[in-house]
Amino acid sequence: MTGIWVAVLVTVAGCYALKLTGLIVPRGVLDNPRVRRFAELVPIALLAALVAVQTFAAGQSLSVDPARLAGLGAAVAALLLRAPFLVVIVVAAGTAAGLRALGVA
Amino acid sequence: MIDINTDIGERPAVRTRARPVRDGVALGLAVGTSGIAFGAAAVGSGMSVAQACVLSLFAFTGASQFALTGAVATGGGLIGGAAGAILLGSRNALYGLRLAEVLQPRGARTLVTAHGVIDETTAVTLAQPDAAAARLGFRATFATIYVTWNLTTLLGAIGAGRLGSPQSLGIDVVGPAAFLALIWPQLRAGRAERAVGLAGAAIALAATPFLPAGVPVILAATAALAGALVSPRPGPA
Repeated sequence: MTGIWVAVLVTVAGCYALKLTGLIVPRGVLDNPRVRRFAELVPIALLAALVAVQTFAAGQSLSVDPARLAGLGAAVAALLLRAPFLVVIVVAAGTAAGLRALGVA
Repeated sequence: MIDINTDIGERPAVRTRARPVRDGVALGLAVGTSGIAFGAAAVGSGMSVAQACVLSLFAFTGASQFALTGAVATGGGLIGGAAGAILLGSRNALYGLRLAEVLQPRGARTLVTAHGVIDETTAVTLAQPDAAAARLGFRATFATIYVTWNLTTLLGAIGAGRLGSPQSLGIDVVGPAAFLALIWPQLRAGRAERAVGLAGAAIALAATPFLPAGVPVILAATAALAGALVSPRPGPA
């Protein structure tokens, strides 16, 4: 139990330090156009990666969950129809939940 | 022709104030409830309710918290587990680079802002049209998700094993759908953005079978690095 507490507290300190580091990096670093462009593109790359991993990965293996994939497909359709953010989420979750309730996927 | 698109029909002043708050609260409530899954997983792995709650209160970054839970569950390597959890948190440092520009936090406020630098707050903040809306979006998302995540962590930790699966409600699709919706405007903004998004997704999927969970997402940052070297300035769509 003590070991777990140590791991918990080390994790807490490390995670907070990293969050703070990004915010307090000297502004001059961002004067370089390539560094600035990197900072702009990083959230796009990481969030797109999260979309892919949260959709297709189960631990270290790749798998297709038909209901989840259908939910994401519904989200894409809603986005193409310019639906508001909340509608996109509800449509995605509702599609996955509905298909599972029906036992289709 | 009557314009039925409310996004255009609403007065701009109303829209810019209401939208970031609405987006932030909606995402905070939707994603925050997955704290139930974390609380249940933590206690199931052998952590106490207090340890689960300390992680949600003070680490407050879901992927890292789940990673440590996984290490505890497999019964060893606590140092390795903590190191993996911290490595996962390194993407928040990358987010901070961008958020510092938009939010421009100063003094002691920086210490509080730092705690809120996570996937969801970054996505909502950067989806806003101007700095004022971005600050509002950050605060709304941070506050909502912090309260929801911590309350549901406690619920999940206490009620571990007695709750139905979040899958039956489609909660597992909320994260991907929300992140996609939030980067959508940027994906539409330019060819380089779309290429970086696709490459990031492809890199993460390709690396998933070979690297511990969470690391592939950090590796996706190389797509942004390549994009910055190839196209240092925002280009036309």
